[in-house]
Amino acid sequence: MTIDWFPFWLSLRVAAIATAVAFAGALWIAYLLANRDFRGKNALDAAVTLPLILPPTVLAYYLLVLIGAASPIGRLWEALTGSPLLFTWKAAVLAALLHALPLLVKSARAALESVDRNYERAARSLGASEWTLFWRVTFPIARRSIFAATALAFARALGDFGVTLMVAGNIPGRTQTVAVAIYDAVESGAGATARILVVVVSVVALAILWLANRLTPEAGPRS
Amino acid sequence: MLQARLKKTFTPGSESGRFALDLEFTASQGVTVLFGSSGSGKTLTLDAVAGFVKPDEGRILLDDQILYDAASGVHLPPQQRNCGYVFQNYALFPHMTLRENLEFAAERRPRLERHRRVNEMLEHFRLNDAAGRRPHEVSGGQRQRCSIARALIGGPKMLLLDEPATGLDAPLRAEFYEILRQAQADFKTPMLLVTHDLAECFELAEEMLVLRDGRVIQKGPPRHILDEPANIEVARLLGAFNLLEAEIRTLDPGRDISRLQAGEFELQGPYFPGHLKGDRVTLCVRPEQLKVAARMGKPEVNQIPGDLQRVVERPHGLRLEFTSPAFAGAAIRVNVSRSEYERQRENKEWLIEFPSGALRVV
Repeated sequence: MTIDWFPFWLSLRVAAIATAVAFAGALWIAYLLANRDFRGKNALDAAVTLPLILPPTVLAYYLLVLIGAASPIGRLWEALTGSPLLFTWKAAVLAALLHALPLLVKSARAALESVDRNYERAARSLGASEWTLFWRVTFPIARRSIFAATALAFARALGDFGVTLMVAGNIPGRTQTVAVAIYDAVESGAGATARILVVVVSVVALAILWLANRLTPEAGPRS
Repeated sequence: MLQARLKKTFTPGSESGRFALDLEFTASQGVTVLFGSSGSGKTLTLDAVAGFVKPDEGRILLDDQILYDAASGVHLPPQQRNCGYVFQNYALFPHMTLRENLEFAAERRPRLERHRRVNEMLEHFRLNDAAGRRPHEVSGGQRQRCSIARALIGGPKMLLLDEPATGLDAPLRAEFYEILRQAQADFKTPMLLVTHDLAECFELAEEMLVLRDGRVIQKGPPRHILDEPANIEVARLLGAFNLLEAEIRTLDPGRDISRLQAGEFELQGPYFPGHLKGDRVTLCVRPEQLKVAARMGKPEVNQIPGDLQRVVERPHGLRLEFTSPAFAGAAIRVNVSRSEYERQRENKEWLIEFPSGALRVV
């Protein structure tokens, strides 16, 4: 029996890209939520959190409407790249992103807010710009928590099933991620393939959890 | 020199009542202390100077630079204020070594000068051995020195210190005062320091501002304030006085004499300007100014009988706590030396002596 490893590698690639994009976006949103007061702050917070609690089908429906061939985004994408966005592995990235982002925003905001304000005040009084202060003081102090959250977000992105199936489809060799492949294998009676993929995914998830726990800062001596 | 006139009002919140900061002061060479209990607005004042808090009204001038001016809408960010700030817990960046903490602070200086300056400061504050270690790996004294070095390295025009010695044990506290005095002597940077510790004012301050409810209620050298508290609020805040009710019976400016009635007893003091015959006043006497004696026959002038309630051990001597019919049961504290107490401990009846020259009324 030969196992097609394509879904596994595709999932890793999708999750990695989605996590990278989510990381940049989440850090920026978390910074705004933690440091700035602006109109619509609560609305932004709610909108970012929503994917955590909405059913996958509802999320997928929104995505279909948002990036479908008839939508402005879908048309723009097609004009730029010459091919539709729906039912490609890039749509799977969007699906994974939707799940990684809220996890990261929540954790990153909590991590940034947990940094003692006096460190930031000290940096300001020493003449550091807000940019310097964020990258040299706040972020390094909070980074272990943020990296731990990033690992979890990656694991979550790796395992998405519902939204991916609806927006990227189940095209073997093109959009079939590992979660979808397992579903497919079970449905078609390929028990051995399903078992192996299940074990591999579980091991990867466990490894990521272990890493996340290692990164989570212990309550230790702090100046 | 720092000149500040500040007003800021906080509307009552769920956890706090209304608070209004409304004060004006100057701080020039040496150490100026903002003294007050918690909630008096002293840290708020410091933060307004540093630029962490924006006042509603007023003007802050540091030398010839306007830091804040409500009228012209100037509110410089902390980055541009040239103020070093020493935090209560020092706020040394925990992920950087001591050297990196100093380098971070020196970044606005030219690159070549930066390195030399960091080395100079490490040397000056005896941090060479600890330079490569992080704040949680060094001693409390090294953390203190590093925080002061970090605040001074950029050459600030003023150093702001927020209760830097609070929570330190006695040896570290003494060490800290020594470092600050040394830094003051070497760098000549004027310092504005917040504290609620009277002893600290005496250790460090040339000038002291007593704050209460967002206002300056007295200013002057610590010695002067302790000798002449301006009013009963200051006297209460300093916590160093017996405050006892009495009534003025006679006032004689010509002979510099006054007579005070306390219960059925009479005390003779100096003339009290600004008071009238018949005024109810509060006598304000420090425990170390009072004396005790054994009662033999009729009390002399300025001696009143006291009932010894308690003897409290102090680091230097003892404190005797009396009540007296002259003051309707109010506690009267008298500090005596150990030898003095040993000499008098068998007293059957006690007299408390109020030296005429020590009497102050507020």
